[in-house]
Amino acid sequence: MSLPFIIIAVVTLFAAAAAMSLRNLVHCALSLIVALAGLAALYLALDAQFVGFAQILVYVGAVAILIVFAVLLTRSDAPPNQVILSPGWGVGIVVSAVVFAALGWAVLNSTGLPREMPPAPVATVKNIGDLLMTQYVLPLEVIGLLLTAALIGAVIIAMKEDPQKSSSSRRESAPSEKIERTDPALRDCYEDGNGGHI
Amino acid sequence: MTPLQGCLLVSALLFAIGLAGAVTRRNAILALVGIELMLNAANLNFIAFWRYGPNPEALSGMMVVIFSIAIAAAEAAVGLALIIAIYRHFRTVNLDEINKLKG
Repeated sequence: MSLPFIIIAVVTLFAAAAAMSLRNLVHCALSLIVALAGLAALYLALDAQFVGFAQILVYVGAVAILIVFAVLLTRSDAPPNQVILSPGWGVGIVVSAVVFAALGWAVLNSTGLPREMPPAPVATVKNIGDLLMTQYVLPLEVIGLLLTAALIGAVIIAMKEDPQKSSSSRRESAPSEKIERTDPALRDCYEDGNGGHI
Repeated sequence: MTPLQGCLLVSALLFAIGLAGAVTRRNAILALVGIELMLNAANLNFIAFWRYGPNPEALSGMMVVIFSIAIAAAEAAVGLALIIAIYRHFRTVNLDEINKLKG
């Protein structure tokens, strides 16, 4: 194992542990960004350039921002010094330690693993595009359909409003439309007076 | 320890960290973050086996990871939308207080 690999792996693991253990949610999101960028660096160290940059684009660029938005939209007014762990957290820690022990034992005791790194394969974007358009074209289409359906579903789930609230807001917005149609000067007054309201 | 075993150990530790966070934290968003970390550990495994495997020219491991990243993005979008809908209903994202199926 080379030294850069060890450094990147240690940084990634510490950032992941920080993302799972810090108290402030924004700090957790920032540590998660460091962990995901470290994973992208690991992909680059393993000669998977396209996947590394896709990881940066998708995870650091999109998923982390989504998580920060969710943190902003779900701010609670609970007192800040609450416990952050569930009541049965000891069992959870023990279960994950057992999982790691089992996986580590299996990895260290398996005999069939290849020992040497083969020469770096040619994984240019052109090769990947060729494969995506020939051999993997059906999975690509299915993934496109899945992403579209998932994003439309996400918008519909997140946009749902109470019927009473939406009808009352419609009633509030009705007079402003009337003013807009009648008198432009009056509309300016209305917007100045209630700018935050509209 | 061979380089492949190093990669696999890093990925196993990342999976364990994600699992511990997903089952122990009370905040629903952080449970989702733990699931994302577990998905990323699986992706690291795919890339490591692709790189050290006997036939890396076929790019099969890389293809799996590309599709897996796309699925993880869809999962994160739907999961966070669900969390926002739950927050609108219960006014909290604490998983221990969200204990009713029929609101």
